[in-house]
Amino acid sequence: MTPNGWLQIALFFVLIIACAKPLGKFIAEVMEGRRTFLTGLLGPVERLVYRLCGVTLDPEGKPEEQHWTRYAGALLAFSAFSALLLYAFQRLQGWLPFNPQGLNQNNVSPDLAFNTSVSFTTNTNWQSYVPETTLSYFVQMAGMTVHNFLSAAAGLGIAMALVRGFARQSVQTIGNFWADLTRATLYILLPISVVAALFFCSQGVIQNLNGYETATTLEGPRQTIAQGPVASQEAIKMLGTNGGGFFNANSAHPYENPTPLSNLAQMFLIFLIPGALTYTFGIMVRDTKQGWALFGAMSVLWFAGVLTAYNFEQAGTPVLSKAGVELSPTGEQSGGNMEGKETRFGIANTALFATVTTDASCGAVNGMHDSFTPLGGLVPLFNIQLGEVVFGGVGAGLYGMLMFAILAVFIAGLMVGRTPEYLGKKIEKKEVKMAMIAMLVLAAAILFFTAAGSVAEFAKNGYWNPQGPATANLNNPGAHGFAEILYAYTSGTGNNGSAFAGISANTPWYNLTIGLAMLIGRFLMVLPLLAIASSLAAKRQVPASAGTFPTHGPLFVGLLVGVVVIVGALTYFPALSLGPLVEHLML
Amino acid sequence: MPTELQEPQSHVMTPLVTDGDSTALGLSRGKRAQPLFDPPIVRRALVDSFIKLNPRTLAKNPVMFVVEVGAMLTTVLLFRTIGAGHQGVLFQAQIAAWLWFTVLFANFAEAMAEGRGKAQADNLRKTKSDATARLITPAGKVEVVGAASLRKGDVCLCEPDDIIPSDGEVIEGIASVDESVITGESAPVIRESGGDRSAVTGGTRVLSDYIKVRITSNPGETFLDRMISLVEGAQRQKTPNEIALNIMIAGLTLIFLFAVMTLAPFAKYSVTRANAGAIPSVIVLVSLLVCLIPTTIGGLLSAIGIAGMDRVMQHNVLAMSGKAVEAAGDVNTLLLDKTGTITLGNRQAVELIPVAGVTGEELADAAQLSSLADETPEGRSIVVLAKEKYGLRGREISAHNAEFIPFSAQTRMSGINFEGHQIRKGATRSVKRYIIDMGGVFPQQVEDIADGISRTGGTPLVVSRDKQALGVIHLKDVVKGGMRERFAQMRLMGIRTVMITGDNPLTAAAIAAEAGVDDFLAQATPKDKLDLIKKEQAGGRLVAMTGDGTNDAPALAQADVGVAMNTGTMAAKEAGNMVDLDSNPTKLIEIVAIGKQLLITRGALTTFSIANDVAKYFAIIPAMFAVTYPALNRINIMGLHTPESAILSAVIFNALIIIALVPVALRGVKYRPLSAGALLRRNLLVYGLGGVIAPFPAIWAIDRLLGALHLA
Repeated sequence: MTPNGWLQIALFFVLIIACAKPLGKFIAEVMEGRRTFLTGLLGPVERLVYRLCGVTLDPEGKPEEQHWTRYAGALLAFSAFSALLLYAFQRLQGWLPFNPQGLNQNNVSPDLAFNTSVSFTTNTNWQSYVPETTLSYFVQMAGMTVHNFLSAAAGLGIAMALVRGFARQSVQTIGNFWADLTRATLYILLPISVVAALFFCSQGVIQNLNGYETATTLEGPRQTIAQGPVASQEAIKMLGTNGGGFFNANSAHPYENPTPLSNLAQMFLIFLIPGALTYTFGIMVRDTKQGWALFGAMSVLWFAGVLTAYNFEQAGTPVLSKAGVELSPTGEQSGGNMEGKETRFGIANTALFATVTTDASCGAVNGMHDSFTPLGGLVPLFNIQLGEVVFGGVGAGLYGMLMFAILAVFIAGLMVGRTPEYLGKKIEKKEVKMAMIAMLVLAAAILFFTAAGSVAEFAKNGYWNPQGPATANLNNPGAHGFAEILYAYTSGTGNNGSAFAGISANTPWYNLTIGLAMLIGRFLMVLPLLAIASSLAAKRQVPASAGTFPTHGPLFVGLLVGVVVIVGALTYFPALSLGPLVEHLML
Repeated sequence: MPTELQEPQSHVMTPLVTDGDSTALGLSRGKRAQPLFDPPIVRRALVDSFIKLNPRTLAKNPVMFVVEVGAMLTTVLLFRTIGAGHQGVLFQAQIAAWLWFTVLFANFAEAMAEGRGKAQADNLRKTKSDATARLITPAGKVEVVGAASLRKGDVCLCEPDDIIPSDGEVIEGIASVDESVITGESAPVIRESGGDRSAVTGGTRVLSDYIKVRITSNPGETFLDRMISLVEGAQRQKTPNEIALNIMIAGLTLIFLFAVMTLAPFAKYSVTRANAGAIPSVIVLVSLLVCLIPTTIGGLLSAIGIAGMDRVMQHNVLAMSGKAVEAAGDVNTLLLDKTGTITLGNRQAVELIPVAGVTGEELADAAQLSSLADETPEGRSIVVLAKEKYGLRGREISAHNAEFIPFSAQTRMSGINFEGHQIRKGATRSVKRYIIDMGGVFPQQVEDIADGISRTGGTPLVVSRDKQALGVIHLKDVVKGGMRERFAQMRLMGIRTVMITGDNPLTAAAIAAEAGVDDFLAQATPKDKLDLIKKEQAGGRLVAMTGDGTNDAPALAQADVGVAMNTGTMAAKEAGNMVDLDSNPTKLIEIVAIGKQLLITRGALTTFSIANDVAKYFAIIPAMFAVTYPALNRINIMGLHTPESAILSAVIFNALIIIALVPVALRGVKYRPLSAGALLRRNLLVYGLGGVIAPFPAIWAIDRLLGALHLA
């Protein structure tokens, strides 16, 4: 590890801290429907959207507040509709415009289209396909990019609904889904994306609708160079913690992520909203220290991840060392494990990117996680298994962390001699039940799908998995192969979308099971959380006293970190020990 | 008039924090305190542990039910192994045995917690069984009938040595009654018709005189019946927090079930790819599951709840539900009656202030004379002060042609006509009118002194001789020793104390300041009290209070924790959710401490239980895949000597920790009144970090022992 590497990591984090407060305040104002500097410009658009969509308004002209069941109903209906639309776009792309390469339904099988539309609706952006040879520009723009906005906005709305549960008292409503969706998109995601897209263009990210170029390389062979409207999708891909690349190589591709500066901007965009949301939370519950405590817990976990990943990637492995690779960094070369990494990013920025993209539910990659050292690769895997609560996805990180906070307060809060309460709200049967359901669902999806994936048998050249047994799709034997299956289902359930790679996942079996994992991971987690929001909103707030469990100091930060890590470790230790852990021990 | 022979308990202070020993939880051991492991109770609990193995009973406890199913499964597999003559019988037999022990230990904990209550219920039943009653028929004749045949509205006669047949109200007569069967207190109390001391309890015994009692309860609904079912725990319902905790540990059990179930296919993949070893056997998987699921808290949870109720009982408080005890821990506001709780209950003379021209001795002499026949505590305290400060001894006054003037509501004065002098003492206004009526002059200085005393919260009593005002006696409410410290501790725990008093705001403020309460409600009517409770509750706070009179009943019912005094009326007792059999209002503070301790014990053992799992993984996972992945042995950091021994050691530790923690569950973890932050830091360190670390050396030691005994 080099001082230069640490300096870049520190720079990244300083930017996140600096933006948390101003952006967090802005988000709180927007999501509570207050006037901001953009209201003059975008207010009419917002009202137009409500009118066009027939959103029920209250006498004051604001969208009507919803009970959680109606909020959830709207979320589910909207998600189902948009998933179907995206499915149709893919299957009908041959008849749709902006298709210079003439891609059609033969490029997108039904199971792949299902997987992909679920993937983008759930903010996962798992890609079983190679975008540049599969999807037309129209599908990329009207499908993928639009979903990148809407799935992130929906996640932000859900987080706000949960926070409102804490902030309000003795009410039955938790906000309006349509208003949350509209405001998040219009005031937050769109303006930042426009700025970011222009910045990416300045760095060399392309933005065109041209056909693919052909070039002759220095060695002679002809090479096709894909084109497209990349910058516009790139901005929201990072900002909305979506992660679905315009190209197969994702953020390792020079057209997506050309310079170290664009790389920094990409990582910054991932954490930008999730970091700010902790401050939004603090404002909404009228105690910003509560928000900083969550920020603190997330920072600790983020730093532990970066430290581990950077350390093991820089240290390399005995195998590399035996092969004669120089492992210590010098002025001329980076040392360590450079397999699967871009030289323009180096080890520090690849380890940081891998940590950030899996801390959040982004899933964009600028290197091959599969090529990481076992423990370096354990970091992204374990980050997702922790529930992506380290800043996390847009909204998803906050509501995931709040779920852990509820559990932490419930387990340890009793030790102050009061029935547990968080932010003045008693944590009782209903909250515990719903939080446990959410946790159970995630654990069950990851574990059972991985179990099925590691033993499922199929006929060779059959429909479900032409390669034969599910394990035949692995590029690596033994413990590393197991890690590849585990990572795939973990990434799907966690709505991350990054791939360990090394697994050929574009078969009906994997498309279907990973698709199901993504649906379960998103909606079966969100529904119990909305129920919690409703139950909390109906409760009265108990005023804090000296006897109240303090949830804003370092002690709570430590407790929260401990609960996140221990719950994650206890659930996945057996699986991890048969994957990355034993792989490391066998080096 | 004191109506009780029994010395008010409230004079006896129990320090909230004693020295550093096991009672440092700030709870004095009550009268019913018994050793934790009383041999008869232990014997009974041992038998009950086996009875509780019935799966239908155990199904209510999901964690232990899973262990029992695991124990059954391993037992069946053990017999198959024996039948087939395979190897590994010793290992399997030990696993099966320890899994059964795990269930038995949990059952034992619960049975121990129930044991004390059951023993007490048996005693209570004995008094109930064959009581008879002298029923007064409408014709006025006395008939002897069985107590069980009495109905509401019947009237009975109770004479010395009679057991009062059922709950009732004294309608005629006065008697001293031995209530020790209910309160454990042997000193008799007076019961008389009318007023707040008219309630009698079935099962108590008349010692002298006679009373006529109108029965107020039908058979089966009496206080004694309720008490029996309460101490026995027959109607014990899980408290809200206990239910929530049960859901959480059931959820964790499911998560671990998933982790262990999926381990088999993971192992199949690994074994196939590594081409070595075997998929872990069902027995090993069951062992891992049992070690991971939170058996420690699962096994002790109900024992903690029962023991908490029992601890309240040991303080001679009858909690009508566990929910009330739990709520006590959450209380934000304590309403405390001034008289008897905060102050000793009687005003006492603390100073004699003469007017100009009168000596202190002169005033003391008159004050003493006026009070010699005054039997009220105030009067006695004046005599005491005169003696202590001015050396005046009590005098024989009957010889001096003395005439006592008792206090009357009209004159609002009392005094004595003595050797031709008219000596009076009374409220300022009364004495002033009295002197002016006699043609005397009431000096302004007396009014000033009296006002000064009033301002400090005292009560001025003006003393006069004939037409002359001599000076003022300063009567003061005396705050009990140690209250200030207790209220400071309460504040530290985040509990606000509010003093309730009928005094005027000035007096109330002064006493409130002296006692160190946070707030006070002066000139409080029962309605004011009720309104205060509602206001606090509207702000989301939980309120605890004590009360005894019938007019306290609405407030007692409204409060989250309402402690009725046993000496109080039936209406008060019905309205509250606890009855203090000692009628000691100070005990509310201890009830709060018990409630907190109950919750802390639950939280501590839950945290400990979950933290323990870390070590168990380090023991079992390398052992499971010892052949498939020998490299995993590097995480066998305890150096457990064989895979079998590693698994067995973890299972044994898991079982033994339950039995080791039974005393903690029954007695509760140490509790000190600290701020939430300090408590949390301490408990997280002990039970969280301690829970992670402790199993490592313990499992290591068990492994060595098993090796030495050639058991694995």
